Amino acid sequence: MTLNDLPLNTKGYIQNLNCNENIKRRLLDLGFVKGAPITPVLVSPSSDPRAFSIRGTLIAIRKEDANFINICFNS
Amino acid sequence: MGLTKSSTGSNLLANDLEFLKNDSDYVIALAGNPNVGKSTIFNNLTGMHQHTGNWPGKTVSNATGNCIYKNTNFLLVDIPGTYSILSNSEEEEIARDYICFGHPDCTIIVVDATCLERNLNLVFQTMDITNNIIVCVNLLDEAKKKKIHIDLKRLSDELGVPVVGTTARKKKTLNSLMDTVQKVCTHDIQPAPKKVIYNKYIEDGLSKIEKVLNAEFELSSDLCRWIALKLIDDEETIINSIEKNLSMSLSNNKNIQNITNEVHNDLEKNNIIKKHLKDFIVSDIMHKCETICGKVCIFEDENYSRRDRKIDKILTSKKFGIPIMLLFLAVIFWLTIVGSNYPSQALFSLFGWIQEKLLHLANFLHSPEWLSSMLISGVYQTLTWIIAVMLPPMAIFFPLFTILEDLGYLPRIAFNMDGFFKKCCCTR
Ligand SMILES: Nc1nc2c(ncn2[C@@H]2O[C@H](COP(=O)(O)OP(=O)(O)OP(=O)(O)O)[C@@H](O)[C@H]2O)c(=O)[nH]1
Ligand SMILES: [Mg+2]
Repeated sequence: MTLNDLPLNTKGYIQNLNCNENIKRRLLDLGFVKGAPITPVLVSPSSDPRAFSIRGTLIAIRKEDANFINICFNS
Repeated sequence: MGLTKSSTGSNLLANDLEFLKNDSDYVIALAGNPNVGKSTIFNNLTGMHQHTGNWPGKTVSNATGNCIYKNTNFLLVDIPGTYSILSNSEEEEIARDYICFGHPDCTIIVVDATCLERNLNLVFQTMDITNNIIVCVNLLDEAKKKKIHIDLKRLSDELGVPVVGTTARKKKTLNSLMDTVQKVCTHDIQPAPKKVIYNKYIEDGLSKIEKVLNAEFELSSDLCRWIALKLIDDEETIINSIEKNLSMSLSNNKNIQNITNEVHNDLEKNNIIKKHLKDFIVSDIMHKCETICGKVCIFEDENYSRRDRKIDKILTSKKFGIPIMLLFLAVIFWLTIVGSNYPSQALFSLFGWIQEKLLHLANFLHSPEWLSSMLISGVYQTLTWIIAVMLPPMAIFFPLFTILEDLGYLPRIAFNMDGFFKKCCCTR
């Protein structure tokens, strides 16, 4: 399942990043590494970018990018 | 982005710096993640006015300025903020090239006390390049507000480099930073970074390549390790800039090519394919950041972030998000328009009064009619009219906007509006 399928306020763990090299690097820099816990905490009014709590910070990601991030429930 | 390398000053390297260095004793680089207060520190130390702003990516090129502390002249270099120096975006290239090849006497890495974990990533990446690092934990006031306590002494022990806590907006707190900078420059303090130990197979590969590098070139041991890492990682752009700036040839060197290939094969045997190498490197660094943060950060009030989150939830909710935003903007415009009426009127009457006096003066001096009417009713009147109309709204609007910015509301607006912007873009 991808990050988009993760319901609000549920914790998931990053399994892998399934995207092109550039986006992948950016995400890695921000701490999206395998096994990192991540929780969606905010939705914008138009429901597109959602904000995620990861490593103690809040990061907003668009649906199209969140689609590349695979999630599982146990680390 | 339209920023060419020459316009952003990425070639402000060795040659140019030699020139600037002439009249300063030491060169200090200011690096760090975006929006952590590097430019604020730079401005307060140099008395210059680099643009600062509460959003990432405000500074896009290296800026330099002088700072005199205890009779020593330091040349400070404000580097664009980056989350990482492993990748290849324009800013990262500028930052990396400067730290690697600009040979600063010491590099201050500014980190955000409210999200230390993410910020430490860059600290460890920089440790792979240079030893002379000072970590400056900034935004301590914000951390205090959020009830986050950071054990600076412990952090310094864990990292092996000096750590200074600051609140960049208060100049006084920067003294201890400069004190440490001076001590590092004069070698009174010698930072001994505790570098990340990567996964066993990668480390084995590193030492193999390092051995060959050492035999082929004369290099310091830090640089050796870093170049070895880049060779394993097979980063073409970085290798190119190493070759250019250190004038050495890596890709044409048979011995180095052979050992690199050998190491790649070894790694592959152990299931580390080249394509996933970066994931291993990054997750080793992240893991270290996580452990250290667990040791040095004390969250005194778990509820704080929850309260913060609640406000965010309202500000970005479906029902209230957009209305609240419009309300905010409406209030600002209302205050600007209504509030500026009074000062505008006052200015009008003041300028009118001066104009009368000027006419008297012109009469008194017997200046010709055409001249005084052109200067006074023409030039003077238009000019003062523009000032009276424009100045008060600006004097009200900008401070108000600054307050919104400081509250951090602008990123929330961006978050609310992102959907609309994207829709706009798609219809093009
Ligand atoms: N409360 C508080 N705010 C600070 C402090 N230091 C900086 N700021 C604010 O943080 C914001 C960002 O500061 P900058 O100096 O522009 O950050 P920067 O690191 O240069 O950012 P980039 O150029 O984008 O990399 C500004 O609004 C500053 O006023 C601090 O110690 N406390
Ligand atoms: Mg800046």
